[in-house]
Amino acid sequence: MEQNSIIRTSGFSKSYSSGTPVLRDLDIDIRPRERIALIGANGTGKSTLLKCLIGLLPGTGGTVTALGETFSGAPTRMQLRRIRLQIGFVFQHHGLVRQLSVLSNVTHGMLGYPGSWRAAIQMMAPAEWRMRAMEALSAVNLEAKALERADALSGGQQQRVAIARALVRRPRLMIADEPAASLDPSAGRDVMTVFSRLASDQGITLLYTSHDMEHAVSYSDRVIALRDGRVHFDRPSSTVSRAMLAEVFDG
Amino acid sequence: MVERVLPRRTANISAGGFTIAVAVGALIIVSAGDVAPSVQRLADGFPRLASLVDRMMPPNTDTAFLVRIFWRILETFQIALVGTAIGLIISLPIAWLAARGVTPFGVFGYAFKALVSLFRTVPDLVWALLFVAAVGLGAVAGTLTIIVDTIGFCGRFFAEAMEDADKQSQEALAAHGASRFSILCSAVIPDAMPSMINTGLFALEMAVRSSVVLGLVGAGGIGQELKVAFDLFQYQNASAIILAIFVIVLVMEFVTDRLRALIQ
Repeated sequence: MEQNSIIRTSGFSKSYSSGTPVLRDLDIDIRPRERIALIGANGTGKSTLLKCLIGLLPGTGGTVTALGETFSGAPTRMQLRRIRLQIGFVFQHHGLVRQLSVLSNVTHGMLGYPGSWRAAIQMMAPAEWRMRAMEALSAVNLEAKALERADALSGGQQQRVAIARALVRRPRLMIADEPAASLDPSAGRDVMTVFSRLASDQGITLLYTSHDMEHAVSYSDRVIALRDGRVHFDRPSSTVSRAMLAEVFDG
Repeated sequence: MVERVLPRRTANISAGGFTIAVAVGALIIVSAGDVAPSVQRLADGFPRLASLVDRMMPPNTDTAFLVRIFWRILETFQIALVGTAIGLIISLPIAWLAARGVTPFGVFGYAFKALVSLFRTVPDLVWALLFVAAVGLGAVAGTLTIIVDTIGFCGRFFAEAMEDADKQSQEALAAHGASRFSILCSAVIPDAMPSMINTGLFALEMAVRSSVVLGLVGAGGIGQELKVAFDLFQYQNASAIILAIFVIVLVMEFVTDRLRALIQ
């Protein structure tokens, strides 16, 4: 059973050091190749949950099994290291290094691996990593821009480079925190399409948060909605109605 | 008829503020009496200055002398160039260790900030005196001085550039598990690079200027010739050297301005 889950929590809780509970008694099970949208109003603990699920923040109750590592509270350093090596991250802001080339930014995805200082700029990277970076770039359709400076690209293209940077790690799990929130609608749809295509093409599990009703249901298999720190509903995207979404987003 | 109340011409001044203003004024007047040139001294000094300038003319253009000056100028440039280059290289790790939010040492980074401040606040001529005493007269002492000078200047501004570097890219790389050193190489330095190059060019400009005068305390370069010329009352040599220094500094400013324009 555990082998079959990418992430599983049982009775997971999290309180701030002040004692205020943020997340209460969560039972979440994310299977390989699933595309999960995590939604909730502001301040319901979505970002906190994302960090807890992969051990970047310690829980205060229950257990988490993430990518084969089981921990309650904080994971050990070695566990955290093994977990991170299997994850690719994308944030609301692309977080690219503006002065460097697109290709260098993609090779940055290799940082965290042994000997990874060579990933700092593509010039120094081993041939195999450069090859992986080019593959990742072609997966987001930006091969042609490899040697352009990152700040010469449009917002949507920059976010796709950030996806390629996560992809170059060949992750089992891709975590995206509001990946389309600062893009215009059409670039946002592009980015979400790239995500969902990658997940199905490369068998990557996708876990993303979104404030957009359409993004929440159109690019996911399942929607997990948080409300007041609990799972409000957890069901296949096809069965989620607009009314249910509206209720969650309005808090 | 409405009675108009005009606004006051001056702002209110507090008793404390008034006292301080009077005290500062008094201090300036008293000090001027001690050290400022009197009209009498200026009147006496002016003819002497004129006769000095007269003895300086025309500047010495003897070929053997000019060749010697040329080699001294070359040495001056070498001191500036090598000192700046080594100083820049040493500044990088020191700036990293001193930069708030980037240093791996947390609050202990302030120790490196303090070291950089020490290098900067002690004047270069004082450093030169120390190094001449330590390694003897000549260009090596000058180079050591420029190294310390450059670290004092670049250590501070490199650290500031690193502190100002874009945080979002650093956070994205940290999430992937990149080490502090990897983040430095892949995000902080590339982001700070344009500002650091600019600082480096300023450092070179300053180094040329100070390597010119370091010779006055025996630390090599053209300044040494100038001191000899004055000591031996060879005023025509001195004027030639002063003209040469003027040209060096002008050329240097021109070149670094051009380089800066190229980069921006």
